[in-house]
Amino acid sequence: MDLTTKYMGLKLKNPIVPSASPLSQTVDGVKALEDAGASAVVVYSLFEEQITHESGELDHYLSYGTESFAEATSYYPGQEDYNMGPYEYLDHIANLKHATDIPIIGSLNGVSSGGWVKYAKNIEQAGADGLELNVYYIPTNNNLTGSEIENMYIDTLTAVKEQINIPVAIKLSPFFTSMSNMAKKLDNAGADALVMFNRFYQPDFDLEKLEVVPNLVLSTNWEMRLPLRWIAILYGHLKASMAATSGIHKYEDVLKVMMAGGDVAMICSELLMNGVGRIEQILKGLEQWMEENEYDSIEMMQGSMSQKAVQEPAAFERANYMKALQSYRTNLI
Amino acid sequence: MERKKITIDGNEAAAYVAYQNSEVVAIYPITPSSGMGEMSDEWAARGKKNIWGTIPHVSELQSEGGASGSVHGSLQSGALTTTFTASQGLLLMIPNMYKIAGELTSTVFHVSARSIAASALSIFGDHSDVMAARQTGWAMLSSGSIQEVMDMAAIAHKSTLESRIPFVHFFDGFRSSHEINKIEQLTPEDIKSLIEDKYVREHRQRALTPDNPFIRGTAQNPDVYFQGREAVNKYYDACPDIVQNAMNQFADLTGRQYHLFDYFGAPDAKRVIIIMGSGGEAALEAVKYMTGKMEEKIGIIKVRLYRPFGVEQFINALPDTVEKISVLDRTKEPGSIGEPLYQDVITALTENLASDNPKFSGMPIVTGGRYGLSSKEFTPAMVKGVFDEMKKDNPKNHFTIGINDDVTLTSLDYDPHFVTEGDDVVRAMFYGLGADGTVGANKNSIKIIGEETENFAQGYFVYDSKKSGSTTVSHLRFGKKEIHSTYLIQSANFIGCHQFTLLENFDVLEKIVEGGTFLLNSPYPQDQVWDKLPKKFQREIIEKKLNFYVIDAYSVAKKTGMGARINTIMQTCFFAISGVLPKDEAIQQIKNAIKKTYGSKGEMVVKKNFEAVDGTLDNLHKIDIPSEVTSQITLPPTVAEDAPDYVKETLAMMMKGKGDDIPVSQMPVDGTFPSATTQWEKRNIALEVPEWDPEVCIQCGKCAMVCPHASIRIKAYDKELTKSAPETFKSTDAKGKEYDGLSYTIQVAVEDCTGCALCVEVCPAKNKRETGKKAINMVPQIPIRKQEKVNYDYFLDIPEFDRSKLNVASIKGSQLLQPLFEYSGACSGCGETPYVKLVSQLFGDRAIIANATGCSSIYGGNLPTTPWAVNHEGRGPAWSNSLFEDNAEFGFGMRLSIDKQKEFAEELLKDMEGEVGSDLVNEILNAEQKTEADIYEQRERVAQLKDKLKGLSSDNAQNLLMIADYLVKKSVWIMGGDGWAYDIGYGGLDHVIAQGKNVNILVLDTEVYSNTGGQMSKATGLGAVAKFAAAGRPNPKKDLGMMAMNYGNVYVAQIAMGANDMQTLRAILEAEAYDGPSIIIAYSHCIAHGYDLSKGMVHQKLAVDSAHWPLYRYNPDNIKEGKNPLKLDSKAPKIKLDEYIYTETRYKMLQKIDPERSKYLLGLAQAEVDKKWSHYEQLAAMDYSGAKTEE
Repeated sequence: MDLTTKYMGLKLKNPIVPSASPLSQTVDGVKALEDAGASAVVVYSLFEEQITHESGELDHYLSYGTESFAEATSYYPGQEDYNMGPYEYLDHIANLKHATDIPIIGSLNGVSSGGWVKYAKNIEQAGADGLELNVYYIPTNNNLTGSEIENMYIDTLTAVKEQINIPVAIKLSPFFTSMSNMAKKLDNAGADALVMFNRFYQPDFDLEKLEVVPNLVLSTNWEMRLPLRWIAILYGHLKASMAATSGIHKYEDVLKVMMAGGDVAMICSELLMNGVGRIEQILKGLEQWMEENEYDSIEMMQGSMSQKAVQEPAAFERANYMKALQSYRTNLI
Repeated sequence: MERKKITIDGNEAAAYVAYQNSEVVAIYPITPSSGMGEMSDEWAARGKKNIWGTIPHVSELQSEGGASGSVHGSLQSGALTTTFTASQGLLLMIPNMYKIAGELTSTVFHVSARSIAASALSIFGDHSDVMAARQTGWAMLSSGSIQEVMDMAAIAHKSTLESRIPFVHFFDGFRSSHEINKIEQLTPEDIKSLIEDKYVREHRQRALTPDNPFIRGTAQNPDVYFQGREAVNKYYDACPDIVQNAMNQFADLTGRQYHLFDYFGAPDAKRVIIIMGSGGEAALEAVKYMTGKMEEKIGIIKVRLYRPFGVEQFINALPDTVEKISVLDRTKEPGSIGEPLYQDVITALTENLASDNPKFSGMPIVTGGRYGLSSKEFTPAMVKGVFDEMKKDNPKNHFTIGINDDVTLTSLDYDPHFVTEGDDVVRAMFYGLGADGTVGANKNSIKIIGEETENFAQGYFVYDSKKSGSTTVSHLRFGKKEIHSTYLIQSANFIGCHQFTLLENFDVLEKIVEGGTFLLNSPYPQDQVWDKLPKKFQREIIEKKLNFYVIDAYSVAKKTGMGARINTIMQTCFFAISGVLPKDEAIQQIKNAIKKTYGSKGEMVVKKNFEAVDGTLDNLHKIDIPSEVTSQITLPPTVAEDAPDYVKETLAMMMKGKGDDIPVSQMPVDGTFPSATTQWEKRNIALEVPEWDPEVCIQCGKCAMVCPHASIRIKAYDKELTKSAPETFKSTDAKGKEYDGLSYTIQVAVEDCTGCALCVEVCPAKNKRETGKKAINMVPQIPIRKQEKVNYDYFLDIPEFDRSKLNVASIKGSQLLQPLFEYSGACSGCGETPYVKLVSQLFGDRAIIANATGCSSIYGGNLPTTPWAVNHEGRGPAWSNSLFEDNAEFGFGMRLSIDKQKEFAEELLKDMEGEVGSDLVNEILNAEQKTEADIYEQRERVAQLKDKLKGLSSDNAQNLLMIADYLVKKSVWIMGGDGWAYDIGYGGLDHVIAQGKNVNILVLDTEVYSNTGGQMSKATGLGAVAKFAAAGRPNPKKDLGMMAMNYGNVYVAQIAMGANDMQTLRAILEAEAYDGPSIIIAYSHCIAHGYDLSKGMVHQKLAVDSAHWPLYRYNPDNIKEGKNPLKLDSKAPKIKLDEYIYTETRYKMLQKIDPERSKYLLGLAQAEVDKKWSHYEQLAAMDYSGAKTEE
C-alpha cells in the first residue's frame, strides 16, 4: 500500500500533517506526532507582532518609573542580554530538526514587509524544510480595497520567495471575492502550496460582563466542506500543492481531501481533543478502506472527485447550494 | 600606559574595585549605597571574575547587622570579604566593626556617607555616619571625587591587607555616589599589581580552620582585657606609613599622587581650610580662583586618611606661614566642644606645639564650622565666605556656612554671587519629569560626550521626594578640562525645560546667563508659544537676550511610537542646538548610543528611537523674540490664600524649590510638624482624571476604596444641600434604605488625582448604551479642572456622615467614612495606600501609627507636605517613624505607654469617684467601646469628665485631665513593608506578636524592597528577578502568616483587595477588634512588578487564583467556640502559577534572560504553591470541637 504523497516539493510518507498548534511547542510533542505517524509537522506560528510587542513591553516596563525618585532610580537589575526576538522559535526549529526525521515546516505570521522576509530567512537558516506563511489578516480599514488586500498577499509571497530557497506555502483566508483568481495569482507568484483555509477565531460576547471575549472553538467535521469544495474546484489548474485544513477528524475526511485533489490533509482539533494517537488510528482506517476498496496508492485517488473528474461538475457550483437549500426545506416540511 | 576613560558614578567606581578584590560580598540595601551591592550581584550573575579569576559569592542578608556579621564570619574563615553601606546601616555594623578591628582583620567597607536620622530622616550625604564609627578602630579613608573613589578604593584594599587594620572607605552620599564623571579606569592588572599575594596568604593563614585549630573571641577578665586592647597599638602606629606607601606605589602606577593630607594653595598661605570629602573639590576650585585672580594667601588641606590620624603628616602638610585655620566638618555633634575633625586638628596642633620640635612658634587661630549637612549645597562662594571670616581678628568659631541661622546666629554671611565657573565649561540644566525620561537621556548624553569625545563630562541629578509626577533637575557640565565642581550649576548657558507646566512651578530661567540658550518642550505651535508664556518668562527671555527654541516633543513621540517618553527627542534637540558636538556627528553618536542601550531589548525599540531622532530636527524651531513683553499670564501662588501661615511661609518655600532659604527659626526644634498638609499642595499631575456618571453608578463604593490617593470621595447628605451646589456639581438619590431620602455624590479631587485609573478598572457598573464606559471614566483633566475644583471645595464643606450610624462592615458604608490619609506622594496606582487609607477611615480618629522606614514612611512623612489628615473634630492619626529595624518594638512601646496611661487614668478616676460622681465613673470604666456608637458615647462621657475636672484644682484632677483621653480606646497600628516585616524587623515583629498585647500590624507586602528600588526580600517569589536576585530568586517566599499562626493566640490574615475587597474589610475590622496581637499581610501590587498599574487589582486576583497568595483569616477567638480558627477565604487554585507570574515583568524577564532557569524555577514554584495550598486546606479542615472552652 503506497500512502506517499508530495507536498510543496517534499516527499511525504503519508498525507497526514498536523497543522500549526500548541502540540508543536515542545520537542517531545513533535516527537510524539512523529511516532504516531505524522508525515511532516507544521510548527506553531512565529508572530512578528508578538515579538515587537514583547520587545516594546519589556523596554517600557524596565524603564517605567525609573529616574524619578532619588532612592529608586531603577527597579530591576541591569542585564546585558535578553533573548528577544525569534531566537526561542528558531532554536526550537533547530532542535526539532535534530530530534526528528520528518520534514519540519515553519510557520510565520508577519506584520511588516521587512518582518516577513527577515523572519522567513531566519526560519530557513534554522533548518526548516519548508515555510508556511500564515496570513491572518482582518481588513477592518474601510479605505482598503479588495485588490489592495490581494496585492498584499501576492507581494508578501513574492518578497519571501525571492529571499529563501525552501518551499513556501501560503495559508489563505476563505474570504476572497474570486478565490480561483486569487489562487491562480498566488500560483503564478510562486507559491509551492496553498493551505485552505485559515480559521479566523471569531470573538464572542460575555453577556454577564458585557465584554468581547476571545473564544477558541475547535473545528467540527462539517467545516472541511469549504476547503473540500475549493480543492476540488482548483485541482488541475495550479502548479502548487494543496492542503486542506479545518474539520478533518476521520480517515474518511482524509480520503475525501485526497479525492478532491489535495496533497495533504492537515489535522489539529481532532488531536487536541482526542490525542496524537488519533493519527495512527486514522492511518489504519485509511489503509483498511483503501484495501477494502482496492486502491493501491494515494496517488491513485488524488483528484478523482475533483470538479474536473466528476460526472457533474456543476455540483461544486451554485446549483449545489440551491439544491441543498431545497432539500433542507423539504426536511422541514 | 593609556587606560580606558569611562563615565560612571561613584558607586560604580567603588564597587568595581571592591568586587575585584573580593571573594565574598555580603550586601543589604540602603540608599545611597545600594547601587554598589546591585552591581556586584549583577556582575556575579553574569559570571564576572575577580582579579584572581574566580567569581565572588554575593549574598544578601536580612539587615546591615546581619551583613556585618556575615562579613565577620567570612573574614574569620579566610575569604577576602567586603560590604557596602551608609547611614543607619553603618550604625548597625558598629558592634561587628569593633570585633573585626579588635581581631586585626583585613577588610574594606565602602560607605557612601549619609546623614543619620535624628529629628528627621534624610537620605542625603554628610559625614554623620562615618563619624559615628570613628571610634571603632577602623582606618578611614576619604574620597572627594569619582576618580578618587576608584583610586582610594584600590589604596584601601591594598592597605588593609598590609596593615591588618580594617578600612572604611567613604565618599559623600549622592554628591559622589551618584555623580557621573569621566575618569580613568584602573585595569584589573593595575588592581592586581597593587595587591601582594603574600598578604592575602597571611590573611588566610590567620583564619579559623579545624586543620589548625585555635580559639578567637574569648571572654576576658579585668586582669588582661586592658592589656589586650593595648596590644594592637603598633599596628595603628604603622598604618599611616603603610597607606602613604600604598599611595606612592599607586602614583608610580597611575601618575596620580595622593598624600594622607594633601595641601593645595599658596605656598605662603596664611589662612588654611581643612576639609574632607567632596567639599574639598569645591574648596579647591575656590582656592584656585582666589589665589590666581585675587592673589589671596590661602590654601586648603584635603584630609585623605582620617583614621589613624597621622599627626606628624598633618603638621608637615601645613605651610609654615599659616596663621589661621578653619576646620570644616560635614556633621553635627550637639553638645560637643566642636565637631570631630576640628577637635582632631586642635589636638594635633596642641601636641605638636608641646613637642620637642614644634612647627609653629605659637598656636594658630583655629575655628571650626559645619557645612553641607544632608547634601546641603557647598559652593566656592561659601568657601570664600569662610576665608573672608578668617580675615577678621576674631573670626567666629563653631559657625555654620550655607544656611541662615537666625536663632543662635552661628551662620556666616557670604556672597552667593561669587561664581568661579568658567566659560570653558558648557553648563546645561534640564527640568523634566521622572516619567519623561529626562534623566536617562542626560545620562546618555554624558556617556556620549565623555566616552566618544575628548571632552570631560559631569552629571548630577536632583529629584523631588514624590513617587508620582516627580520633577527632576539635571545638571550637566562638559569641557576640555577635568571637572571638579561638586555643586549644582550656578550659571547655566543652556537650559532645557522638558515640560511646559513646570514653568508654573519653578523659576526655570533663574540661573541662565545672558545670551544663553533656552529649549522648551511646548504643546503649542511655534507661532503661538510666545503668547502662552507667563509674563515673567517673556521678560527674562528679552532681558537676557536668550536664544529660544521650541519643539512639540510629545507630538513627535506620538508619531514615532515613543508614547510619553520624550528622552531621545529632547536629547537630539540639545545636541542640535548646544554645539557641544557637530550636529551630524552628534546624531550618529545618539544613534550609536541607542543601539547600545536598547539593542538587547529588540530591534523595534531601536527603530522607534531612530525614528524619533530623525523626526526631531524638522520640528525644532527657533523663535523670533519680540522686543516687548506681551503676556498677561501671571504665575499662580504656590498654595491657596486660605492656607495656614506655616504652610504659606515655610512649606510653600520647599514646594517651589526655595527650601534652602528657610532660616533656622522657621524649623521646629524637635521634628514636629502639623498634620494634613498635602491638601495645600495641588500638584495637577494627571493628564486624565476620572469622571463620575451618576446614572450608571450602582453606589458600591469600590472606586473610592481602591483610590490610592483618596482623590475619590463619597458623601450621602441632606438633599437640601444640592440647592446651593455649584452648577456642575453632580448628585443623585442615595441607594439603600439606610440612606433613604438622602442625596449621594462621588466627587473627584482632580487636582490631587494622579490619573492611575485603578478606579475605572475596578468599577463593576457598565454603561448599557456604550459598554466600553463605566460609572466612572477617564477624561482630560485640563478642561474640567476649574469647575471640579469648585465642586470639590463645595463637596468638602458638606458634613460628613455620622460615623456612629454607619455600617462600616460594608464596602459602601466604609467608604462614607472620611479618609484621614490623603493625596500622598505614593506612586500613581500604588497598591499599598488603599489599605493604609482604609485603616485611616475605619480607625484614624483614634489611631496611633508606628511606621517602618520604607515607601510608606516616605509617602507618609516626606516633606514638604504630609498626608496623614485631621477630621472636622480635630482628630486624626498620630504618626511617627522610628527606624527600619525597630518598628514593631516602636509600636509596642506606644501600646505599653497608652495602656499604662489608661490604667493610671482609671486609677485616678476611681480615686476621684466622690468628686466626679459614681455614675459617670462606672459608665466610663465599664464602657465596651466595641462599635463606633460605643466610641462616640465614651467620648461624650470623657468630655463630661473633662468639664468636671477643669473645675477642680487638685493634682489628681489636673493629672487626670491630662490623660483622660486615654479612657477612649486607642488603636495602635504598626505598618511597614516586607523588607521590614520579613527581614530586618522580623526579630522584633516576632517578639512583639508573642507578647499578647493589642497591637495591629499591617504588612504592605510588595515582595521587594520597593523604596530602595526593588531589592529581593524574603517575601520575593520564587523565580522572580529582583535586584540582589539578578538570576531569579531560587528560594520560596517566606510564609510569614503561617509563622505567626504558630503562636495560636495571634490574629492573622492574608488579604488582597483586588481579589476580595470584603475579605479585606472584614480582616481589618476583625484584627482591630481582636484583643491581642494581630497581623495582616496585604498583597500590594507595585511599580517594581512590571505591568500597567491600572491593572493592579487584576494581578492581585491572579495571585489569589493561582494560590500564590491564598486569602485567609486566622482568628484565635474561634477556638474558644470549638471552631477552627483558620478560615480559607479563597478557593482552590483556578489557574496554574505560570498564568499569573508570566503576566509580570519581574518573572517574565527571566524567560528572556535564561529560559531554562526560568522553566526550572517555575517548576519549583508550582510545586511550592501546591504544597502550601494542600497544607492550608488540611489545617482549615481540622476539627477543633474539643478545644471549646466554657465561659
